[in-house]
Amino acid sequence: MTGAVGWQIRRPSVLPGFGLTLGITLTWLSLIVLVPLAALAVKATGLGWSGFWSVASDARVLAAFRVSFGLSLAAAAVNAVFGLLVAWVLVRYRFPAKRLVDALIDLPFALPTAVAGIALTALYAPNGWVGQPLLDWLGVRVAFSPIGIAVALIFVGLPFVVRTVEPVLQEMPPEEEEAAACLGASRFQTIRYVVLPSIFPALMTGFALAFARGVGEYGSVIFIAGNMPGLTEIVPLLIVIKLEQYDYAGAAAVGTLMLLASFVLLLILNLLQSWMRARHVR
Amino acid sequence: MSAEEKASVAQDSVAAPVVVRVRRPALAESRWVRRLLIAAALVFLALFLLLPLVAVFVQAFQKGFAAYWEALVEPDAVAAIRLTLLVAAIAVPLNLVFGVAASWCIAKFDFRGKHLLTTLIDLPFSVSPVISGLVFVLLFGLHGVLGPFLKSQGIQIVFALPGLVLATVFVTFPFVARELIPLMHEQGCDEEEAALVLGASGWQTFWHVTLPNIKWGLLYGVLLSNARAMGEFGAVSVVSGHIRGETNTMPLHVEILYNEYNFVAAFAVASLLALLALVTLAAKTALEWRFGAELAALKRH
Repeated sequence: MTGAVGWQIRRPSVLPGFGLTLGITLTWLSLIVLVPLAALAVKATGLGWSGFWSVASDARVLAAFRVSFGLSLAAAAVNAVFGLLVAWVLVRYRFPAKRLVDALIDLPFALPTAVAGIALTALYAPNGWVGQPLLDWLGVRVAFSPIGIAVALIFVGLPFVVRTVEPVLQEMPPEEEEAAACLGASRFQTIRYVVLPSIFPALMTGFALAFARGVGEYGSVIFIAGNMPGLTEIVPLLIVIKLEQYDYAGAAAVGTLMLLASFVLLLILNLLQSWMRARHVR
Repeated sequence: MSAEEKASVAQDSVAAPVVVRVRRPALAESRWVRRLLIAAALVFLALFLLLPLVAVFVQAFQKGFAAYWEALVEPDAVAAIRLTLLVAAIAVPLNLVFGVAASWCIAKFDFRGKHLLTTLIDLPFSVSPVISGLVFVLLFGLHGVLGPFLKSQGIQIVFALPGLVLATVFVTFPFVARELIPLMHEQGCDEEEAALVLGASGWQTFWHVTLPNIKWGLLYGVLLSNARAMGEFGAVSVVSGHIRGETNTMPLHVEILYNEYNFVAAFAVASLLALLALVTLAAKTALEWRFGAELAALKRH
């Protein structure tokens, strides 16, 4: 805003409809998002500090948080590696059916989570196409174990990493790599010291998005998890269980904790990312 | 950069998955490294994306077409399909109107708190689906904030159609707005101002100038929000109450059938949802290829 109109709420414009559209936006936003989220906070505060603390320090709740956050972190890390690989291959190399593969990346965005859940379970169950060989040859049980949860979270998180890294890789000017090569860097050195640093912020963003999505994920996880309390029970499921027992205040408390925890983590990751970006400013 | 150059660059970057720059040997990996990386990426994608999709259809047709068809025409399944379509038919247009209004006010005007408003609109994306349903149970449920009042009035929201619609509207809230805001922002206000100067009314300006400019972006947003509306599981599962034939949407019906070990029927209904996802992906990809330049702003999710 320029100095002369800086004190105004809105910069003058000849276009009509500001009041109307802002009114619609604020009303709809309040009704659908803000008031319901406030209800969550109100219910949670209804417990009082000691009640809230007793829910938060419950062993089952703590275990669920460990499962949700730990496995989301693991899945996001796997996605960071393989998402980068997929983005690299899609941008830099040529191979048959590439456009089809590129379109397929968005499948987890489009496929309903319940469908993904039962499909992954069928696939990775001890008698599934992939689960059976893994069990027979390596003795690894995927479905109905923490690994199964990670598999589901890898599925839902993958497009976040690929779609944030892809455009950055595409827009990278070849000159930087050429310069590195001219100065005698090997291909590995070029990638390690020139390519990776410039895509690192995008990679971190994708990692954070995949992680945040994983923490809240419900539909694709509950089928493959086995849902054993303390071992493979995720936080969203715990909320549902508390609701089914009509423990509304407990559900609200866990929900509030989860919102707070994911906001704090996202904040940390954002700070980390802006720090990274500031370091690599050229 | 001139406007045409910009447009052509934008087009390139959208169509870019197939654009491979010719690189000198010093800038490319050796052939075997390339093949190895491509193979690793494809195996990973096959294990995590392609096989699950194939599994849905294989499992659905495991006992032949007759069993598949029977699972789809069974009354509870038909009721679930009908309910899913109804919920989407209410929720998507509501968010369409909201999304257009919100992007008009955010993209065409400068005002205080605009950044905060944009963040708040995106908020439902960072909230777990279960919490999206939970908030409505806490607000309208029997033990909720407004529960006793609603009960005395004989209005049921949770465990009924209104709750399903509310939860669906919540989870699909940002889709249209977040596609349109960058698009409308990039297009600026010049054309609208010209129309107004030439004597068009506000509505005429919107209808004949703005809408034709944003129609593909709008379609894109509607496609995504429709896919999410029909496929939403977590949020509607919390508010639905799982009453068979009454408050069961298709994803919830899939869950019930699966938990009853009726796998063929579960995968049959799931295959419809998978088809919906494939159609959505195809339409989205077609839009990106055909109107890539116009939608360039959208590629940055």
